[in-house]
Amino acid sequence: MSDVFIIGAGIHPFGRTPALSGLQQGVYAVRQALAQTGLGWSDIRFAFGGSDSAGNADTMVSELGLTGLPFINVANGCATGGSAMFGAYSTIKSGEFDLGIAVGFDKHPRGSFSPLPADWGLPDWYGETGLMLTTQFFAMKIQRYMATYGITPRTLGAVAEKAFANGVLADHAWRREAVDIDTILSSQMVSDPLTKFMFCSPGEGAVALVLASEKRARELGLPSVRLRAAAVRTRPPGSFEVFSPALDLDRGGSPTTVASRAAYEMAGIGPEDIDIAQLQDTETGAEIMHMAENGFCADGEQTAWIAEGRTRIDGTLPVNTDGGCLACGEPIGASGLRQVYENYVQLTGRAGRRQVPGDPRLGYSHVYGAPGVSAVAIVER
Amino acid sequence: MPTLAPMIADNLLVEVDGAHHLIASLHRASGRTIFPARPDTDDRYEAVLLPCEGRLWSWTVQRFRPKSPPYAGAEAFEPYAVGYVQLDGALIVESRLVDVAFDGLRIDMPMRLVPLEFTLASGAVRTSFAFAPVEEAGR
Repeated sequence: MSDVFIIGAGIHPFGRTPALSGLQQGVYAVRQALAQTGLGWSDIRFAFGGSDSAGNADTMVSELGLTGLPFINVANGCATGGSAMFGAYSTIKSGEFDLGIAVGFDKHPRGSFSPLPADWGLPDWYGETGLMLTTQFFAMKIQRYMATYGITPRTLGAVAEKAFANGVLADHAWRREAVDIDTILSSQMVSDPLTKFMFCSPGEGAVALVLASEKRARELGLPSVRLRAAAVRTRPPGSFEVFSPALDLDRGGSPTTVASRAAYEMAGIGPEDIDIAQLQDTETGAEIMHMAENGFCADGEQTAWIAEGRTRIDGTLPVNTDGGCLACGEPIGASGLRQVYENYVQLTGRAGRRQVPGDPRLGYSHVYGAPGVSAVAIVER
Repeated sequence: MPTLAPMIADNLLVEVDGAHHLIASLHRASGRTIFPARPDTDDRYEAVLLPCEGRLWSWTVQRFRPKSPPYAGAEAFEPYAVGYVQLDGALIVESRLVDVAFDGLRIDMPMRLVPLEFTLASGAVRTSFAFAPVEEAGR
């Protein structure tokens, strides 16, 4: 069993890139990651990769080189990137190979996602009558949460304001302009209580990470972070998920609470030890609820945390330092790996104008998706 | 009572003694209630009717026309309310909400199941379901 290190990372800027397919953006990210390490594609022993709607990752070998390496395609909804990294992590940890790549990319059309009920084990009427929208789920989860814990729309707005402020500082972000809280609160209502500026949009982008065994990482001597934990979990009983025609009366945990606990256990640390966190922020309510589901605060404490600026780049626990999904958009296959990319860049001290001060040591990332899957990774400088 | 249009799906909604109920399935081994109902052929479950009244558990308003597919409603779009309604002893069910102003929606308000006339893009009409506020005495 070897410890696993991330020794390089590449990104194709998120947003809209009409000239490149999703796959080509993936290749771009792989090349950038390799260039950073000084390694060639022929040095790479294996790859895990995937997209939700931009094609088969393994066809990248036609552009990168026909080295015959095992290249495993991953399709796991919003957790595709996180699952690709979990595959690469497990492969190196097991000792099977010592150097590999995890890559995720995507390219979605404008507007909301349009899922088909049968793909999710649901009857057609659920989609036909207009109940099958991710936006409705997010709105109703935070609506209930706000009523239960006394959270106000102003807190929702503050999360979006922070995201756009951070996005201004991130070269790979899509939204690079600050938006003030009053504009956010008064923008078009999409699904009450969430306005247009509180939602992320499906977009495009790609991320590649180079992973190595401890021995290989030491030999190469590159700036690196140790993967202390990588956990992927599905939903426990009583959770509240996207695309649920009904919920159990007995309310339970979530795939996030389960994945989070597993990751802390693997790493042998607790939420109080984390210096910087990237949390799934499909919309502002998700970031708020995921702060608690990942153990960083108790339910309801978010109001004070956010009002005091604790999750800003200069706060005690910076959250979504590159603007998260809100500023970067959500290319499903790439989104989870972007979070790990951001932690890698921050922990190796190369985040430029958005660098978290104080030499952060432990970075936490969390991605969530339908029909109830979460992936958590903890990295250490 | 006027005759209802054909149901949008089998095994979804039934009228018993003038009240409409959603059809669900009770898992015999665990006692857990499932909605939508399982196929009749699955003998691990027995069909049960959900209570027709409950309380609003959460809500939102769908303010843009959902993409088609899967949405099958008319091209002309009017925003509609959606919520989860807690049916004690059974489940929390997702549904359209009708006969209530958007700014009148409150968590915990009493709601009752009603049949909903749903017009497809083709012009055909089907019967689906919704929850409407229970009219309280004296109001």
